[in-house]
Amino acid sequence: MKKNDKLQLAKWAVSAAIKAGADQAAVDVSNSRDIETSVRDGQLDQLKESTQNSLSLTIYAANRYSSHSTNDIRKESLGKFISEAIAMTKYLTEDEFRTLPDPKYYEGRKDIDLGIVDSAYVDVTSEQRVQLARDLEEAARTRSDLVISCTSYYSDSTYGTAKVHSNGFEGVRDGTSFSAGAESTVKDGDKGRPSDWVWNTVRFLKDLPGSTEIGREATERALRKIGQEKIESGVYEMVVENRSASKLLGMMNSPMRARNLQQKNSFLDGKLGEKIASEKLTIIDDPHIIGGLGSRLYDGEGLTARKRTLIDKGVLKSYLIDCYYGKKLGLEPNGGSTSNVVFEYGNKSLDELVAVMTRGILVTGFIGGNSNDLTGDFSVGVIGLLVEDGKIIKPVNEMNLSGNLTELWNQLVEVGNDPYIYSSTRRPSFYFKDLSFSGI
Amino acid sequence: MSDMTRRDFAKMSAKGMALISVPLLFKADPLAALAGLPAEGGKLADYYTHFGVDEDLIRKVMAVALERGGDYCDVYFQHQINNWIGLEDNDVNRAYSNVDFGVGIRVLEGDQTGYSFTEEITPEAMKMAAKTAANIASQSKNAPPTKYNQVKCPDYYPIKTAWEDVGIDQKIPYLQRINDLVFAAGKRVIKSKIWFEDESSYVLMATSDGKIAYDYRPMTTASVSVTAEQDGKREKSWYGRGPRAGIEYFTPDVVNYLADEAVRRTVELFDAVKPEGGEMEVVLAAGNSGILLHEAIGHGMEADFNRKGISIFADKIGKSVAKDFVTIVDDATLPNMRGSINVDDEANATEKTYLVKDGILKSYLHDHISSKHYGVNPTGNGRRQSFRHVPIPRMRNTYMLPGPHTKEEIIKSVKKGIYTESFTNGQVNIGAGDFTFYVQTGYMIEDGKMTAPVKDINIIGNGPKVLSDIVMVGDDLKQFLGGGYCGKDGQRCLVSDGLPTCKVSSITVGGVSS
Repeated sequence: MKKNDKLQLAKWAVSAAIKAGADQAAVDVSNSRDIETSVRDGQLDQLKESTQNSLSLTIYAANRYSSHSTNDIRKESLGKFISEAIAMTKYLTEDEFRTLPDPKYYEGRKDIDLGIVDSAYVDVTSEQRVQLARDLEEAARTRSDLVISCTSYYSDSTYGTAKVHSNGFEGVRDGTSFSAGAESTVKDGDKGRPSDWVWNTVRFLKDLPGSTEIGREATERALRKIGQEKIESGVYEMVVENRSASKLLGMMNSPMRARNLQQKNSFLDGKLGEKIASEKLTIIDDPHIIGGLGSRLYDGEGLTARKRTLIDKGVLKSYLIDCYYGKKLGLEPNGGSTSNVVFEYGNKSLDELVAVMTRGILVTGFIGGNSNDLTGDFSVGVIGLLVEDGKIIKPVNEMNLSGNLTELWNQLVEVGNDPYIYSSTRRPSFYFKDLSFSGI
Repeated sequence: MSDMTRRDFAKMSAKGMALISVPLLFKADPLAALAGLPAEGGKLADYYTHFGVDEDLIRKVMAVALERGGDYCDVYFQHQINNWIGLEDNDVNRAYSNVDFGVGIRVLEGDQTGYSFTEEITPEAMKMAAKTAANIASQSKNAPPTKYNQVKCPDYYPIKTAWEDVGIDQKIPYLQRINDLVFAAGKRVIKSKIWFEDESSYVLMATSDGKIAYDYRPMTTASVSVTAEQDGKREKSWYGRGPRAGIEYFTPDVVNYLADEAVRRTVELFDAVKPEGGEMEVVLAAGNSGILLHEAIGHGMEADFNRKGISIFADKIGKSVAKDFVTIVDDATLPNMRGSINVDDEANATEKTYLVKDGILKSYLHDHISSKHYGVNPTGNGRRQSFRHVPIPRMRNTYMLPGPHTKEEIIKSVKKGIYTESFTNGQVNIGAGDFTFYVQTGYMIEDGKMTAPVKDINIIGNGPKVLSDIVMVGDDLKQFLGGGYCGKDGQRCLVSDGLPTCKVSSITVGGVSS
């Protein structure tokens, strides 16, 4: 579907919903084409290729609200879909807080090219895709004789969306993404078969790292785990490498959402303007980074995307406030989700952070675990390397890190200079002092 | 599929939605153009009508799929309708739904896979997808089967009324009732949030080795979250159910239990303490603790990981992995259980598969590719999230059979440990074997007695080690009745698990360190 076709269909569906009895309506039409190639142990393993469509419709009718989606976007089917959706909505209880956003929040949208469409996408051939995956796999497999099995992946995607609201919002956006990765499993004597992976996603094909680099790194990460075992429980320092830090940051996201504040389910309730973390922690939501994986001009509700500081030198500056829960709380909406999350970066590399550790764990992966939004208590499995006096001593696993999120982020002493660019959350490596690890 | 459901399904195919008076959520026949075809000649014919295909068209699509010499292909049609309604701040004031429809086409050459799907079930779109999937192969062409034989399916999830015939007006009162019960059950309750989901998935599949099968797979989930306040302190917990069943599942007893249990789990947290971390004895409560089996052994026994040699259980079939009173099964046949399936997504019959029998490792969980690789019969574990996904070996309902001990003697045997009661999630590294599960609520055990409640602790162990450290198994097997999903390779799948009360002699509990 072309950009204009999606926009026209969205407009048609909005007016059909109004005609069928909705007071307000919002429609998103999207489509994507996804191609994935994988190679395992020297042989082509999977080729997948498909195109998909989706239409989602949000209805506000007689102060009532519901939302529906379908992948059957033919008009003759959609007519029935829309009338049923509206008929059903009338059975719900009225909710005065449900309306489309005030159009004033649509204003001020930037007119810039976010640089998220790679025009080279159309030139990528099947042969190239297979060759990339083959190169990745070969690099991973030939890195060591201890490799048991390697699988590599190359995938690319082109997608587009159109969004129309009955009170004046219109938006279209397209994007491309390219991913390359490998997973490697190695032999650890009779003990086990440790594995690790590398998975890099970018907007432009030319920004993918070399296949050799990715493949070798996957195997090297697995090799580094040979001999891993748990060590004694105790208080350790911790450095978390950038890619793994998403787990800890993700636990902070949900308590910042207006929904959890309104539902009295957040340990950050009442903490706006207060210091909740070490002054080393500054988190900024920046929607306008050129080529960013989370870049956007408007958010999922149509609100104009703006740069905002979430945490400034440890002080909580902003919650994530969507229109509905904002209204319930009497707070101005500022966007209920994040776009690109960036940090105030430090000046040490991961190696330099590790070099100053006295006795701690360099975390290279978290496993399982969870957190309690209401109390901030968390507990999570850890995989990493024991560090003593700045030197890596041995690999560790089967350990748990437990504590409270406020305490954790106050223990942050240093932030790395190494944003992880393969994600919309461009987190650096983090260095914490004195945390509780459970092992033997 | 029950007779009732079959009739409703036929009616739905033939007449579509227009004649129904209550608003039924999207019982729409997505093939409006074909909806007028007669639904005669039995159930398979109903499915052909519904998807607008017949045996001849399927054969033609397969002919394209095998044009480049693939040695196997299958087609998988699916129409799925999901509805959610939610209560928050005392009102049922939100509803969501999703309709999904399409066909996936897979071509295999050896264990290499070509895959494509289309959301348009037209001969042209299907042949295009078949051509794309065929690209995996590069031999001279193979022929499609001349005859398809229907796989006879049992009915492990009979339901009285298909979900498409249950209007939203019939669902809303259940949520309001539960909300009233939650607030009546505890003065400390300040918030209650209730979600109700139903799912109807219609699937029709055919394979190039001549099998054809169909299934109607209902599912429903009710989830009740409660926030309570006491002396300025808040706590939150939840409870839910998630069977493959119809609305008749929610009897007054079940409704009462949903409310009471959600409140009980919440208010108990006011007394909860954080345990000291480290290795200790752990007693797993009967029921939901079956998540231990799912993570510690279940995934490692999925045969894709073993044929690739990357599971810690690779090469261990026939070996002793646990005490002789430990028997673990993965069972598709339990009535109305969330993980049950009448037929898997590769048209193979399902069964109760023994992973461990009397302490000996017996069988992996197979899909088509792995059963060919190992030269064994398929076990009916080839499952997929939807027509967009390739089938892979997945668990169904994974549980341990009862053992020789009683719950009382198990608890009495513990000097210092944890009794784990409810869980939220878990994860495993297949090759290294380290796995976790997150304990939402439990109790300390001190000198043979359960004492203070504990909460929010992650437990981490090594699969084979923990299996061999299961030193006591109770006689009180219970199935987990909640609404669980399992994620693997980016695919979500309905599963459940079960366990009798069990003791593991040593495992690492996350907690405070001094």
